[in-house]
Formats: sequence, structure tokens, C-alpha cells
Amino acid sequence: MSLLSTKALVKYFGDTHAVDRVDFTVTQGELLALIGSNGAGKTTLVNLISGLLRADSGQIHFQGTDVTHQSIHERIAEGIARSFQLVNLFDQLSTLDNIALSIFSREGKTRRLFALADHDSAVQDEAMAVLRQFGLEGKARMVAGGLSQGERKLLDVAVAYALRPKLLFLDEPTSGVSTREKAPIMDIITSIVRSGRITAVIIEHDMDVVFKYSDRIVVMHEGAVLADGTPDQIRTNDQVAMTLLGTHV
Amino acid sequence: MIPVPPRRVLVYTIPIALLLFVLPFVVAPYQVALLTYGLTFAIAALGFNLLLGYTGLLSFGHSAYFGMGAYGVAFIVKYFKISSMEAFILGGIVAATAVAALFGFVCVRYTRIFFGILTLALSQVIWSLAFKFFWVTGGTDGLRVPTPSLLGVGMAPGQDKMAFLAHRYYYYVLVIFLVGVAVMWVIVHSPFGKALQAIRDNETRAEFVGVQVRRYRYMAFLVSGVYTGLAGALWVPLNGLTTPDILHWTFSGKIVFFTVLGGFQTFFGPIIGAVVFNYLETYAVGHTVYWQLVLGVVLVFLVLALPGGIVGTAGRVLDRLRKAA
Repeated sequence: MSLLSTKALVKYFGDTHAVDRVDFTVTQGELLALIGSNGAGKTTLVNLISGLLRADSGQIHFQGTDVTHQSIHERIAEGIARSFQLVNLFDQLSTLDNIALSIFSREGKTRRLFALADHDSAVQDEAMAVLRQFGLEGKARMVAGGLSQGERKLLDVAVAYALRPKLLFLDEPTSGVSTREKAPIMDIITSIVRSGRITAVIIEHDMDVVFKYSDRIVVMHEGAVLADGTPDQIRTNDQVAMTLLGTHV
Repeated sequence: MIPVPPRRVLVYTIPIALLLFVLPFVVAPYQVALLTYGLTFAIAALGFNLLLGYTGLLSFGHSAYFGMGAYGVAFIVKYFKISSMEAFILGGIVAATAVAALFGFVCVRYTRIFFGILTLALSQVIWSLAFKFFWVTGGTDGLRVPTPSLLGVGMAPGQDKMAFLAHRYYYYVLVIFLVGVAVMWVIVHSPFGKALQAIRDNETRAEFVGVQVRRYRYMAFLVSGVYTGLAGALWVPLNGLTTPDILHWTFSGKIVFFTVLGGFQTFFGPIIGAVVFNYLETYAVGHTVYWQLVLGVVLVFLVLALPGGIVGTAGRVLDRLRKAA
């Protein structure tokens, strides 16, 4: 069952066709990888779907609803969340508060002026549980700006996860971390996503990560979808190999 | 800003509050009156810092809300012949909130230098109106405000005004100040306060956790305007007169100075900064014609040597001493 679909989605930046009539679908429950070389249009596509950018034309449907013209917070309310390629955190807030804010927001509590945030035990307990899932409970009271790059990447995903999304976009969750840290980070993220039955789209450059963790792979090239298939189909796709690696299979 | 547990805050604040209550019995009335000025400025600085320290917006237009608080009081006296302090507060807050609501609607669409310049420009509009519409505002002569009745009780016949200001009025301001501090403490530690800090740290991410950035900025702007208007309403009976000077952008600069002096990255910094600045300015004016130079040197020293302000620097020193021990 299709959870999200885009129809002839277009975004141009001047003469650059960043996203050019893209039809893209995400099926309920899958872990999809979106790959492509730099400038292929992956992040622009995610920016369009998440609401950071407005499409020039085309449509985005989520669970049957046209969300093309919805604001970011309306899309979040629908169940679309994302993390960022460059870590986007609230650096002067504690790690726990970063998560708690997502929960307050999800529950519509951020408009409360006259209640102490720390005294909402239900939110604090849930925030701590999320940190525990991501292995960050020991850093709960530390300011987010003081975490290591790997921890920041995990927290970035955890902030989006705490919104309890139906569809989670993970923009290069292992970029900027050491090779040794990549597998543990991806293990944590994928196990949480799968156990939470969250549909996820991972944008990733590391092919080992892509082939190991994804159910389906969509390859983008010059703003268009080049190939779409299972990891085995993509691995043996001659056109993909030529485009991404410059060699034949 | 690393949150400080409420219990630890109470350990520091309760003795200070008690000291403030006994102060009129141990210091001269003039000193108490000076402190009353400091407390009114502190309320304005608290409101201002909700925008700067917690939301990341530097306003150069807070003179407008302070001034509207003061002129709101003066208009109540002029047009309704009322001299009740409670009516003054209500009128001051309503006037300041109305202007903050209008200015905020325009300003929160912008950030950084654009926000600062826009707030400055709009506040100058209010200043020029007060300056030119002299038949309403009294122009440069300003408007006089009599000593008000407090909770329905006026000044006793023949009572010295200084004694009234340094005793009954001081306690009146002190109680409002303490309530104002407590309410602001709750606001900045509420989910709303956390959302503001999230906007300050990372506007884009705040949007992506569902915080409607513009709406929250507007709410912060209004709360900030209410506090600053309240400060203006409490200040004008002390001064006995309001003139366009307090609407001028240089007064906004003073509010920025209070906050930088005390430390905008701490909750109590702006309060300390406002009180210290008031003493500093009063004594500098009393001792030298070059008082502006003195204040300028202090500001330069602060920016270069103590960017954390008085409270921020003191906190850092205490942390180091604690770690060394």
C-alpha cells in the first residue's frame, strides 16, 4: 500500500533542474534508500516532501491527502518527519530537552506558558525512554552542543523519531562520522525504525550501508529517477553502475 | 542556558528577597528610591531578555513599550482624572500591549539586523508622535503624573513624597517585581519557554518539530511588551513626569545595556544589570560631566572582557572554583 506518492514533481533553481517531473512512491512499512551522486536531487526531493521547499509544479499525496500546499507543521501533524544531513539540534538545550520538545509539540503542549516543563513526568519519562532506545540516556543532562558527532547524529534522528511519525526521512544519518561508528549507528536506527513499524526513507552515499539495511532502493540522477528496485536488482543494474561508479557490472 | 534546579534558585533568592524587604529600615530613603527605579528597570529588562536571551531577537525598540506604559498612565490622569495605581498599571499595560501587538505583527516576520532596525524605526515613529502632538502628549514638556493611591489608600496629608516613595511605593513595586520574576521564571521553564529557546538555537529545526516559529515569536513579543509596559507604568509615578525622552531609541539602548551588563545568557543577569546600571548612571552623572564617556568605557570593557556580563562571569568563576576544590 502506497503511503506517499509524488506525481510529476518539479523544482528548478534557475537553469538547474533539481527535481524534474519525479514520480516517487513509498510503500507502508518499508525501509527505502534514496541514492544518487551529489546534485542528483535527493535532498531537494526530501525538502519538497517535508515542506522546506515549495514545488514549482506537481503533487505530493500522503495517505491519500494532497499535502503539496501544506505548511511544515501541517505535514508533521499528518505524520511526516525528517532528520538533516548537517546535524540540526538545539545546541544550548539539554539532550533530554531536545527530545522533550518534540513530545511537547506532538501533544500540543508547547503553548503552555504557566507550567514547568520539567514537572511533566509523562513527557520526561517518554523522552528518557527515547534516549534509552538510542543509547543516549547517559547524556540526558548534557547540552546537545557538547555531544560527539556520532551522538549528535543519533540525537538528530531521535528528535524526529520522538514525533512518532508515520514516515521518517533520514538524510545521510552516517555522514561525518567515522567508518567504525557507521554500522552501530545504522543498527540502532534501523532496529528502532523496524520495531516501531515506521516507514523510513534513508538518503545515503555509502553503498555498503544502503545494500545492507534497505528493502528497496531508488536511484536518482540529474533530478530524475534512474532506477527503482530491490538491492539485488540495483546491484546488477548496468545503467546504475555506469552512472554511479563509472563502470559496467 | 543550562537549567538551574528551582530548589537551588530558591536558596539564593529567598535571602535576597528578605534583604530587599528589610532594606527601607537600614538605608536612607534616597537609596531606597534609587533601588525602586532599579527594580522598575529590572522588570523591563526581564521582558526584553525574553526576546534576546530566550528567543534570539535583539530589539532596539523597547523604549516604545516602556514609554507607552508611562504615557498610558499619564493619559489616565489627563483624561480620566484617576490617580489609582491599579488603574495606572492596567492602563499602562493595555497601551503597551496594543503597540506591541501592532509592532510585533510586523517585526516577527524578520530576524537579526532586520528585526533590530525595524523595531528601532517603529519605536521612533512613536517618539516623533509624542514629540509633535504636543496638545495630546505635552510635547517636550511631557505630562505630569501625581503620586497615586496604592490599593485605594493615598498619601497621608502632609506626608513627605520621598518617604512615601521609599517606603509604601517601594514595597508596592517590590511585590510586583517579585511576582514578575516568579512568573517569568515559570514562563522560561515552561514548554513554551523551551520552544522559544529552540527557535533561538535553530529556527529551521524548531519548524521541523512542529513549532510555528512566527506565532511563538509573536507571543514572546507580546509578553515582552507587557513586562516593559508594566515597568513604564511603575516608573512614571516615581519620576512624576513622562517626556518623549523615554520613547527615544537611546532609551532602548539603555535596556540593551542593562541586559548586556548583567548577562543576557542568564535568567538573573538582566535584573542585576538594570539595578547596577541605574546606580552606575546616577553616580556617574553626579560626579562628572563626562558620564556618558564613563558608561561608554564600561560597555566597551564588558563586550571585550566580560561577554557573559556580571552574572555570567560570576557563574563561570564559581564553577571553576567548585571544580578546583
